[in-house]
Order: sequence, then C-alpha cells, then structure tokens
Amino acid sequence: MKERGRNILTAALMTAAAILAAAGVAMGQQEQVLAKAMRICLECIGIG
Amino acid sequence: MVDKKRTFIQAVAAFLQNAHIAGFFTGRIYDGGGKRICVPGLNCYSCPGALGACPLGSLQNAVSVWKFRFPCYVLGLMMFFGASFGRLICGFLCPFGFLQDMLFAVPAPKKLRTFRGDGYLRYLKYFVLLFMVIILPFAYKYTPFFCKYVCPSGTLSGILLSAADSRLRDIMGWLFTWKVLVLAAIVLASMAISRPFCKYICPLGAFYALFNRVSAVRLNVDREKCVNCGVCAEVCDMAVDPAASPNHTECIRCGKCVKSCPHGAICFTAFSKPVGARGVPEKKV
Repeated sequence: MKERGRNILTAALMTAAAILAAAGVAMGQQEQVLAKAMRICLECIGIG
Repeated sequence: MVDKKRTFIQAVAAFLQNAHIAGFFTGRIYDGGGKRICVPGLNCYSCPGALGACPLGSLQNAVSVWKFRFPCYVLGLMMFFGASFGRLICGFLCPFGFLQDMLFAVPAPKKLRTFRGDGYLRYLKYFVLLFMVIILPFAYKYTPFFCKYVCPSGTLSGILLSAADSRLRDIMGWLFTWKVLVLAAIVLASMAISRPFCKYICPLGAFYALFNRVSAVRLNVDREKCVNCGVCAEVCDMAVDPAASPNHTECIRCGKCVKSCPHGAICFTAFSKPVGARGVPEKKV
C-alpha cells in the first residue's frame, strides 16, 4: 500500500473511532465504565 | 542496552496511571470521575493507585452485561489509541510492559531471544482476545474470563489490596492461588524472555497489533540508506526484522532499531513525516 493511501486509511480509522466513542458517550456508556471501575472488581483480583 | 529515555517515559506513564498513592496504604481504590476514561495500556482498575479504567476490563464488562449494547465507547477509544499509535503503546505507555522490561534487565543464566514454536505461540494472543475477551464473556454473562482467570495485572492489584486490607486476605481461595501461579510464571519467564506476556498472551497487544501497519505513528526504513547489515534485527527484543518489515504486528516500537542503525536508515514517522532522531550518524572514515 502506498504511503498516501495508508495515511488516508489511518485518518479514516481515527475519525471512525472518534465517532464511535462519541456515540458511546451520547448513549451514556462512560457511566457504565465508571460504575464497574469505581468498585473493586473481585474477579480481577482473583476472589470472585 | 537500556534506553534511559524510554525507561523514563515508561516510568512516568506508569506513575500517571497509578497516581492515587493513598490507595496503596488504605486499600481503598479511587472512585472518582477519571475512571470514566480508559487508559491506553493494561492497568487494572482495581489497582489501589489506578486513576483510569482498564480498556480490556471495560470491554469485557460491556459485552457481558445482560442487556447487550454494542460497546461503542470502549471500542471507539481502543480503536483511536490503536489507529494513532499502534503498539507504540506497548513499548512506551503500558505499565505491565514496563514491569516486564524491568524484569528482563535482571541478570539470568540464559536470555532466550527466540525458540522453536515461538512464531506459532504468538498467535495465542489473538485466540485469547477472541475467546476470553469477547466470545466467552458474551456467552456466559457477568464473567470477565480474561480478567478472572489470566490477567496478571489484576493479580498484582489483588496482592497490593490484600496487603492493606486483612478482610480481603481472609476470603482469598483457589482462584487467587491460580492467578498467583500465572503471575509467578510470567515473572519468571520475563527474566529469560523479553516481554513473554506481550508476545504470547496479551489481548490488548493483539488488538493494537491489528493497527500496527496503518497507525499514524509508524517506523520507516529509507531504502537508499539501508544496506541490510542486519544490526536492527539483531538488537530487536521482539525478534522482528525491521529492515524487512518495519511495521510488523509484533513490533512494539521501542526504538532500539532506530538508535542502533549505523546508517540512520530507520526513523519514526507520524503520517509519513519523520519525527525524532534518525539514530547513530554514520562514522566518517
């Protein structure tokens, strides 16, 4: 793949990723992340 | 050869992701708004010092909840990190990668660069990503398989938390023993092999590897300067030949090849524009 084409693909991927993340924020998914991360995850630490 | 500049960046990144110092003494984790944001590297959100959320833990949680909604936020962030930096995150920003680098610096009777089956074993991390992070948590709700049975970062968090909280010590059982054994195996392997967890197991590294060839930050080899001397391949801890494949999926962009190239043929680029130094200038005879 030529460099120019690769750069266009990179920019498209970054834009798509930013749109995806923004859509997640609009749906409030960051609160789901916070709700899980603010308590000790018993499975992660090897208890649950 | 230890790259002091990279070690410094790794140490700062690890500190910034775990700057809730009080947690290490009280055994209470940070529960502020910063945990809405996923950090780029593998850093358990149950670590007493963690200020952000682990992308892998968040992804597993998102796919394993009963009312499934496509995890736009977490996947979007992970894709953005991957498309921007690729596995540069593994080489510079991941706290667990930093720990493995420190362990590899410990003197050991034998340091293995590669071995028979090494190449095949590297596909294991894609299997872990597909099955333990996506398929199994989706099929069996509320069970983050990778975090629960493998993740050594979570085990470290468990050790740190239990050191400060006796109640946790009292309820630890066979699962904790298993995870400590996994962690111990990784620690021991890290002294003989450079970054065994990154090479063979890490699903986050596998995810970022998918973007390595197209990420904004890449390595570039100037074909007019390269004489195929093989020095770059010799110094590469990931056993990649940068001259042949500068953006190989296994390359963590540690920059060793850039620094060691006697002809200054390799450099970092951002959207194809060179950034940083080109390495050792050619000596004049």
